[in-house]
Amino acid sequence: MTLILDYEAGNLASVRRACAHVGLQAEYCADPDQLRQAERIIFPGVGAAGSAMRSLKQRGLDEALREVIQSGTPVLGICLGMQVSLTHSEENDTPTLNVIPGQVRRFAFDRKGLKIPHMGWNEVRVLQAHPVLAGIEPGDEFYFVHSYFPQPASRDAVLAVTDYEDEFACAVGKDNYIGTQFHPEKSAQVGLRLLANFAAWDGQC
Amino acid sequence: MLSKRVIACLDVRDGKLAKSVKFVDTKDIGDPVAKAREYYEDGLDELVFYDITASSDKRNIMLDVVEAVADEVFIPLSVGGGVRSVADATDLRLAGAEKINVNSAAVARPELIDECAEAIGNQNVVLSMDIQRVEVNSEQPSGYEIVINGGRTATGKDALAWAIEGERRGAGELVINSIDADGTKDGYEIALTAMIAEAVRVPIIASGGAGVPEHLHEALTQGGADAALVASMVHYGDYKVSELKQYLHDEGLKIRIC
Repeated sequence: MTLILDYEAGNLASVRRACAHVGLQAEYCADPDQLRQAERIIFPGVGAAGSAMRSLKQRGLDEALREVIQSGTPVLGICLGMQVSLTHSEENDTPTLNVIPGQVRRFAFDRKGLKIPHMGWNEVRVLQAHPVLAGIEPGDEFYFVHSYFPQPASRDAVLAVTDYEDEFACAVGKDNYIGTQFHPEKSAQVGLRLLANFAAWDGQC
Repeated sequence: MLSKRVIACLDVRDGKLAKSVKFVDTKDIGDPVAKAREYYEDGLDELVFYDITASSDKRNIMLDVVEAVADEVFIPLSVGGGVRSVADATDLRLAGAEKINVNSAAVARPELIDECAEAIGNQNVVLSMDIQRVEVNSEQPSGYEIVINGGRTATGKDALAWAIEGERRGAGELVINSIDADGTKDGYEIALTAMIAEAVRVPIIASGGAGVPEHLHEALTQGGADAALVASMVHYGDYKVSELKQYLHDEGLKIRIC
């Protein structure tokens, strides 16, 4: 069973719909024991880092997530769901799950002409081949909406990058965990391709 | 670098597609779900549905349309028309809309913008502004005035001041819809678009008046817009979305080409 982590009763229908479109039937889940039984997990983002971590902790989902990631279950984090996999977020000064050592930082406000949030379509450049990123060609664009971005401590965790203020990591990963800053569920055909790749991924790189 | 976006706007009345010319005498031109799918497959960047259904008892039809589209169209989907409360916004979001457009109801009660931003996030709240040209005067120093109710009612509100207030209250994006240009196919109102683009930090969507691909180019360069909204020029088959995007790309703009 594929589970979509629904930790804040958020609007996750678009993720579920896009999964269904590529043949991946996914159920919502807010229960840590159910999460431990999952075959694969999608962890979308809703709200802000501070409230997301509070909700995860209240439900015991933070521990369950660390466990399932440790045990080799394929996990895909999307946007805020990816950001909380790092060690710390500048958003609400929040300690996060520390699956991928590193920081989540805010884009600087002060540069002329730079709009926050980074919203729209932007190019994703794959730096490290990965089964979930297979088929992404140079020039392919994905849809982004965010004001914070991940900065892994190790370059090894950076799977793909995008240019905005400067180059930033738009896909991070480690073993059976992968997270994207962009929204595959809103990224047309290339996004669906990524979700189909994830549906077929065994968690090995 | 972010790409400039091409957005198609579909006016929907009683669940059917309509296109207004200068906001009066709308006429039905087809099935919104089929049209949405066609544009999506042709590389559209974002889709806006505007509900112009007059009677409130038929409002739920819109939720069905949004759901049907969200099942097969995987790009950002924005919905507006008649959003009066956080509850309206939440219903549309649950049906599959990403972004919510507020317009007349926000003019009547500006706190609606703050409330929606708090509930669904700034980035999902779009302030849609219908604007007409007026003589520069003390009440409208920008020379542009906000109008509501599909362009029928003048409000006395200065357009530039309202744009700045909208951003401050939490709108994540602004639609600059010129009702003078709407339906004319003579081009977007560039001076208005540029004036607001320079005054705010949120993305600007130029709307109203596009007739040829050059108009989009103008809005995205001189107009300072981040996105150009098209309607009749694609609805009636004069241009394909992919043709417009290829033109803008060939003119040197950063555009997503599929």
